[in-house]
Order: sequence, then structure tokens, then C-alpha cells
Amino acid sequence: MEALLAFSRPALDWHALAPELTLLAFGTLITVVDIIWDDRSKQAMPTLAGIGLLATLLPVITLALDGTDRTMFGGAYVIDDFSLVLKALFLISGYVVILMSVDYIRDGDYYENEYYTLMLTSLLGMVMMSSSRDLISVFVALELLSIPAYMLAAWRKGGARSNEAGLKYYLMGVFASAVMLYGMSLVYGLAGSTAFGAIAEELGSLDSSPVAILGILFILIGFAFKVSAVPFHTWAPDTYEGAPTPVTAFLAVASKTAGMVALIQLVFVAFAGRDDVVQPFFWLIAALTMTIGNLIALRQTNIVRLLAYSGVAQGGFMLVPFAVAADAPARAVEAVVIYMAIYAFMNLGAFTVVLAVARKTRSGEIDSYGGLFQYAPGLAVAMTIFLAALAGIPPAGGWFAKFGLFRALLDAGGGWAAGLGVVVAVNTVIAFAYYARILGQMWFQPAPDGDERPVVMTGSLKAALAMTIIATMAFGILPGLVGHFGEVSVLSALGG
Amino acid sequence: MEVTGFDTWVLSLAVFLPLVGALIVMLIPKAYETELKLVALGSSLIALVVGAYIAIQFDYGAAGELQFVVDKGWIDVINSRYIVGLDGLSLPLLLLSLVVVPLCLIYSWNHIPDPGNPKAFFVLLLILSTGMNGSFVSQDMILFFVFFEVVLLPMYFLIGVWGGEDRRYASLKFFLYTLFGSALMIISFLALFFLSKDASGQLLQTFDMRVLTDVAGVGIIKSTQVWIFAGLFMGFGIKVPMFPFHTWLPDAHTQAPTVGSVILAAVLLKLGTYGFIRIAIPFLPEGAIAWAPWIGLLAVIGIIYGALGCLAQKDMKRLIAFSSVAHMGFVMLGIATLTDFGINAAVFGMVAHGLITGMLFFVAGSIKERYHTLEIARLGGLLKSAPRMGWILGFASMASLGLPGLAGFWGEFPAILSAYNPGAGLSEEVFRVYMVIAAIGTVLAAGYLLWLYQRTAFGEPTEEFAEQKIADVNRDEWIAWMPFLIGIVLFGVWPNLIFNVTDDVVSGITASVEAIAAGN
Repeated sequence: MEALLAFSRPALDWHALAPELTLLAFGTLITVVDIIWDDRSKQAMPTLAGIGLLATLLPVITLALDGTDRTMFGGAYVIDDFSLVLKALFLISGYVVILMSVDYIRDGDYYENEYYTLMLTSLLGMVMMSSSRDLISVFVALELLSIPAYMLAAWRKGGARSNEAGLKYYLMGVFASAVMLYGMSLVYGLAGSTAFGAIAEELGSLDSSPVAILGILFILIGFAFKVSAVPFHTWAPDTYEGAPTPVTAFLAVASKTAGMVALIQLVFVAFAGRDDVVQPFFWLIAALTMTIGNLIALRQTNIVRLLAYSGVAQGGFMLVPFAVAADAPARAVEAVVIYMAIYAFMNLGAFTVVLAVARKTRSGEIDSYGGLFQYAPGLAVAMTIFLAALAGIPPAGGWFAKFGLFRALLDAGGGWAAGLGVVVAVNTVIAFAYYARILGQMWFQPAPDGDERPVVMTGSLKAALAMTIIATMAFGILPGLVGHFGEVSVLSALGG
Repeated sequence: MEVTGFDTWVLSLAVFLPLVGALIVMLIPKAYETELKLVALGSSLIALVVGAYIAIQFDYGAAGELQFVVDKGWIDVINSRYIVGLDGLSLPLLLLSLVVVPLCLIYSWNHIPDPGNPKAFFVLLLILSTGMNGSFVSQDMILFFVFFEVVLLPMYFLIGVWGGEDRRYASLKFFLYTLFGSALMIISFLALFFLSKDASGQLLQTFDMRVLTDVAGVGIIKSTQVWIFAGLFMGFGIKVPMFPFHTWLPDAHTQAPTVGSVILAAVLLKLGTYGFIRIAIPFLPEGAIAWAPWIGLLAVIGIIYGALGCLAQKDMKRLIAFSSVAHMGFVMLGIATLTDFGINAAVFGMVAHGLITGMLFFVAGSIKERYHTLEIARLGGLLKSAPRMGWILGFASMASLGLPGLAGFWGEFPAILSAYNPGAGLSEEVFRVYMVIAAIGTVLAAGYLLWLYQRTAFGEPTEEFAEQKIADVNRDEWIAWMPFLIGIVLFGVWPNLIFNVTDDVVSGITASVEAIAAGN
């Protein structure tokens, strides 16, 4: 008894934890408000959630200004520039998603308070993920961000497709978690520690151990499910198509980014000495993901499905720098972070346009985009910017993301890296072919049934569009903006 | 030369004024059609005036050096800077681009092709203009790349929205070909960034084209140079377009609206050849020497293939498009010789082809508007039904086949001649064979152009159109075409206007290539 009571809580750095605590407080607040005021509070829910995210940004900014690296819980939880840049990215993407959700959730007459609470909880998991430096904290963060997302995917509970989406996502997610946990247990067994630093030391000296290789592969495969890398992507299109569109955007951007963040820390810190396993694995996975994602996207007729496969392919692009993780670590981390930041805005923007158009056409078919340029030129131009960005055509933002990939590859040098570069180049061309189908439909074709009523835009959708357009164009014309964040966010563990 | 005051702004103004115009036009509601056309034309004319100021202030005594240089920070994290500058190589091409756009706007004033929407049409032309101007003055590879790519989307939409029957296919083909080339090009740019060393073996890690021209590929071993050059070759060669990557061009040209074709022929194709002279050859001389015989081979294949293609065409616009392939073959042959003479001829050929083929596309567009067809078999008797237009078509055809005294001659003839004695230790036998083949190409060119002229302009109008009144050249067309016609004659009788400007730069490039070749 004495021994139990003797537990003293570890020293907490309240400033360092302020973002997480703020987010938690707002999530709770929303529930409490709902309980007290019930229906009358519905209107206020999105506003509260939005304010919550912006309020959470404040401590992130003060921590960034403060600039000192803070470590807690025996190194399991670290606040450094890398984590702060990503926290900010998660919060801003979350804010855009909430702007996208307002009317969708309200018009659909779905539960509002629960929706926003779950959204904030999932974001809390992501914010934690960016600071986790330990197998356990990574796993906790991952589950915290995934479980609310399973429910969000099934939010249109009257619709069979949405239920299918949620269930598929859930089953695949749990399966992936199990595989990953098994890998983690193997790695823990070998290393005797869950801390990334200690794992790196132990694994690095176990060159010939098949168990180490198995452990590493299982963990990586678990995350490959999360970021929907081929051949572990099969859940993504169905889930994306069935889930409510704002949730799809959230999964495609924030959830994928969170998986990437975990991969960055695992690959560049924990498995740093094992490039013999990691580099070939990612070379293969990245090439497959890009190519297969793009080829299947070519055949899609539904725009959300098309964006889902395009998201798979984009994920493949993000995995490219991992293939040179040991040869050019700093450049590779930079490239992934830059890619994620630009991808977040261009992809959210594309989904915002899809939402806005669906308000009029009630359809997700690409054919329904005919004549958009005639009756909604603003939306057509916005979509053109986002698609150009996704395809990587200057001056829209995406080119700099692709450029970062090429830069990491060529910095690493060698035939394999250059070969992957050519694969990226070919995929860029394939990708444009299907983005061009949307462009062609919007610009070159007449409206179906001559229906040229304008699209009614709501204030929050306008705000979401404005934010994403400005960010996409700014990143394209002044890539220094995002490049700077990429540069500072090189993991302190790499000595960046 | 220290650049001060207004001169630090002129290049940026010439590049970005059309873009500013485009943004203003976007803000004007569609209903104010005249106003937005005026703003568009105004911005491109002001840019042209700035261009004229540049041409006047340009120090022709130092045409080999970059002038009006501006060097400001842009993307510090990757060490890329906003560097613009202009030398004798860029000047003629920048002016060409500045002149062509307002003329195209004037031509389209009352002739917006279906489905109309002048606002979008003009905005796209202006954005296109910014991309083209910017490419010719960029002195930083990343900046060049961005401008090089900016032209893609507007052209894609110009073809796709306002084009002919098969426009979707043609626009997509155009885009995918060029995108593939530029993706490989950016890989090569990065390879240059990481591998370039200065004379003392220090890694440079720079995108600054001035520096890379100076070091001339020292420190990159030959086999690597050959690979990097291959990437650049894809990027620029597709744009030119060189055989066998030319297949996008006939489709794009045939389907594009008239001014789209004009700009494509007059300026866009030149981005490719310009890239060879500005980037590929000076940065990678050894790679260039290794590739030159192959480029020469593809060039002469292009000449013959283009000519034979022309003879087989039934559509006038498609015929002109194939003649572009042949003409750009002459330009590439001149470049492949790596001689002072040949590259000068190539630059001249670029300007001449821009004026002449641009003119031919204008005429083709006007014929299409009047006859609603470009099928050669259905046309005829143009000299009777619209004599002025008939004469202009004849004049442009003569210029295109390389009649001495008109601009076309000075692009083709010296290019062929230069192949007699290629530079940088290239095989004389090989290039003399190329020379003979290219010479046969000129005969074929005379054949297909005269045949075209005969079928469309001579004789009586076909029955189909015999009763119809065919309007002759109208006011807008005169305004738009006159500068082209004047240019064709002026450069034809006074070729030194261009040769004097370009020679300093070109001889600098060939001298450094020769030095490398001699060193081996």
C-alpha cells in the first residue's frame, strides 16, 4: 500500500501540454453545452469547435516563439519545431474541415454536438502523434485519432454506403493495428525499450536477425494501411465514397498526414540504422502506390472516388522520400513535410469545390460537372487551381511539393534514386490525364440538361475556399513560405 | 554594368504587365465587353512599349552580356533566386513574344471563336504572354521552369474550349507530351544543381544560369553529362517538337483556334529551341557534343518527314503544321552543328519561322472563317474571290519556302551551309550527308508550298463557293498582319538586324564548346 501511494506524478510542463489541454477542454465544453442547452445550442456547435481549434493554435504559436525543445515522460513526448509545425498543420486543416462541415451536417440533420466532439478528439490524437517519440505514445495517439474517425465515416447512418464505409474502415483499421502491435512487441522484445532512440541503437546492431526485420516490416505495414499505400489501400475508395464528404476530406488529409508523421519518426529515428530494410521497402511501396493509384484513378467516373484514388497516388508521392531515408535524411524529411503541407490545402480545396457543386447537382459523377465554367466560373477556376496544384503545374502550389521529392532523390544520388525519379515523372503525367478529365468536363462540355442555375455558396464554404486558394497559390508563387517550415521541421534527432 | 532606377523594373514590367491586365480583366463583369477588351489590349500594348524601351536602351555593343539584370531573393531554402536579365539571344525572342500577343488580341477583337466568352479568352492569352515573356528573360533555372510551365494551362484551355471538333483529344495530347518532357527536365535541372562544380572542384549548388554558363559543365564527367542532357533533350525536344515527339503538334495546331495556332507556332515552339541554346548546350558542352550527331539526325528526319507529311495533307492547317515540323528541323540542324554560323542561323530561323508560320496560320484562320472549311480540295481561286488575301498567302508561302530576300531564307540557307563544316570536332562526313538531305528538304518545301498555293489560290473558285461573296482582308486583319508582313520583308533584306544582336552571345557559347572539344 505504501509503495502504491508513493507514486509521484512526473513533472508536467503545462506550457508544453497547453495545446492538447485546450483541445480537450473545448471537446468537453461542447458536450457540456449540449447537455445543458440541448437543441438550442446546435447553432453554436461549429462555432465553438472552430474557436477551439483557433484557441489551440495560440499555445502552439507561443511554444514556437519560445523555441526551446521540451521533453517529457522520459523522452516519450517531445515538443520541438517538427511537432509544432505539424500540430499547426493539423489544426488548420481541421479548421478548414469544420468550415466545410457546417452546412453539410446542419442540412443533413445529423447529430451536431457528437460530430464536432469526435472531430476534436480525433484531432487531439493527431496533435499528440506529432509529439510522440515512443512506441506506446505513438500507438495511443494512433488509436485516439482512429476510433473517432471510424464513427465519423459512418455518420450518415441511414445510408447503406456510409455504414459500409465505417465498417470497412473500422475492420481494416483494427486489423492494421493488430499487425502493427505484433511488430511492436517483436521490436520491444529485441530492443528492451519502447523509446525510439534505444530501439535505433539495438536494431542497428542486429543486422542478421530475421525477427528484427519482421518486426520492422510489420510496424511499417500497419502504417501502410493507415496511409492507404498499395497493396494495403483497398479500404480507401469505398470508405471515401461512402463517408460524408467533409469526413472524406478529413480522412484523406489529416488522417493520412498523421500516419505519415508516425512513419517519419519511426523510419528516421527508430529504424535509422536499418536502411537495408527500410529503403527497398519504401522504394517498392512508393512506386506501386503511385502507379497503381494513378492507373485505377484513370477509370473512375465518380469524382469522390477519383479523388480517393488520386489521394492514394499522392500518398505514394509522399512515400518517395522514405526510399532515400538514410542517404539524404534531412532532405527527405523536409520533402515529406513540405508535401504534406501543400497537399493538405490543395486537396481540402478540391473537396470544398466538390461539396459546393454537390449542393446544386446532388451528384458526385464527373459528368455532372459539365458547364461549370459557364454557370459558376469562380468555382471552375478554383477547381482548376486545385487540380493544377495536385498535378504539379506551376504556379499552383503542388509543383514545389514534387520538386522537393526530386530534390531529395537527386541529393541522395545513384541509379535507384534516379530511377524512382523517373517513376515519379511518368506518374505526374498519368495523373494529369485524369485531372484533365475533370477540367475538360468543367470547361469544354455543356451543362447536363442545360441546367445553368448558379451554385448557392454559403459563407463557411466561401471561407474554406478562400483559405485553401490563398494557401495553394502562395505556396506556388512564394514556396519559401512553406519551404521554411519544411526546413525548420527537420527532426532534431537528425541534428537539423 | 550597374542597373539603376527605372531600368531595374523594365524586364519585370514586360513580364508581369500582361498578368496584371489579366487580373483586372477578371474583375470586370462580363457585360462590359468593350472595356475588358480595351484593358486586355492596353496592358499588352504597354508591355510592348516597355519592350520598345528595352530595345532602345539595350547596349548593342555589349549584346553578349546580360543587361537589365535584377537579382533578388526568391526561394531561399532551395537557393533559387529571382534573376532576370536580357542579352542578344533573349532580346529578339522577347520582342517577338511582346509583338505577337497584342496582334492576336486585335485579330480576335470581333472574331472570338465559338463558344465565345471574350473575357476568358483574353485572360488566357494574357497569362500565356506572361509565361512566354518570363521564360525568355529568366536567368534562374527554377524561375525558367515556372514560366515554362505557366504557358501550359492557358494553351490547354485555348485549344480545349475554343478549338475544333477533336479539341479534347488534341489539348490533352499537347499537355501530356509537354508535361512528360518538363518532368524529366526538372530532374535534369536538379542534377545540374547537385553536380555542378566550379573550376576548383567546389560544389556550386546553384540554379543561377549565369554561373552555370560560366563553369560550362566542368567537373561533371562525360557519361553523366550525356544522361543529364538526355533529360533536357526530352524537355526541350518535345516542345520544339523534334521527330519522333512531334505527333502532338499537328493535332494541336489543327484543332487550336487561329490565334492559339499563331502563338503556338510563333512563340511556344521557340521555348524549346531557346532552351537548347540557352541551357542545354552551354551547361553541358560535352553532353551536347555527344548528342549533336543524333540531334542532327532527328532534325533531318524531321525535315524530310515533315515535308512528306505536308504532301499528304488534305487540310490546309494541318499542312502548315507539318511544315512547322520541317522548319524546326532546320533550326535544330543549325543548333546541332554547334557552330557560330549554325546557331545564329537557328536563332534567325526561330524568329523567321515565328513570323512566317504565324502569318500562314492567320491566313488559314481567316479562310476557315469565310469558307468554313480548310479542305484543300474544296478551296480554289482565292486570288479571284479575295485577291488581297490570296496575295498575302502567296507572299507568306514564298517566304516559308525560303525565297531569298524574305526572312525564311536566312534561317534555312545558313543552317544548311553550316552543316558542311560542323564545329567541336563533329564528324564532317555525317553532317555533310545531313546537309544534302536538308537541301533536298528545301526542294520538297518548295514543292508542297507551291502546290498548296496552286490548289487554293489559282484557277476559278470551286462550284461550291462560286456564287458566294468572299470578303477580302478587313481592317482588324490588316492591323494584325501588317507587322508580320513588314517583319518578313525587313529581316529578309536586312538580316543583320538580328544576326548582329545574336552573334555575340552565340559566339561566346560556341567558343566555350570548342574549348571543351579541344581539351579532349
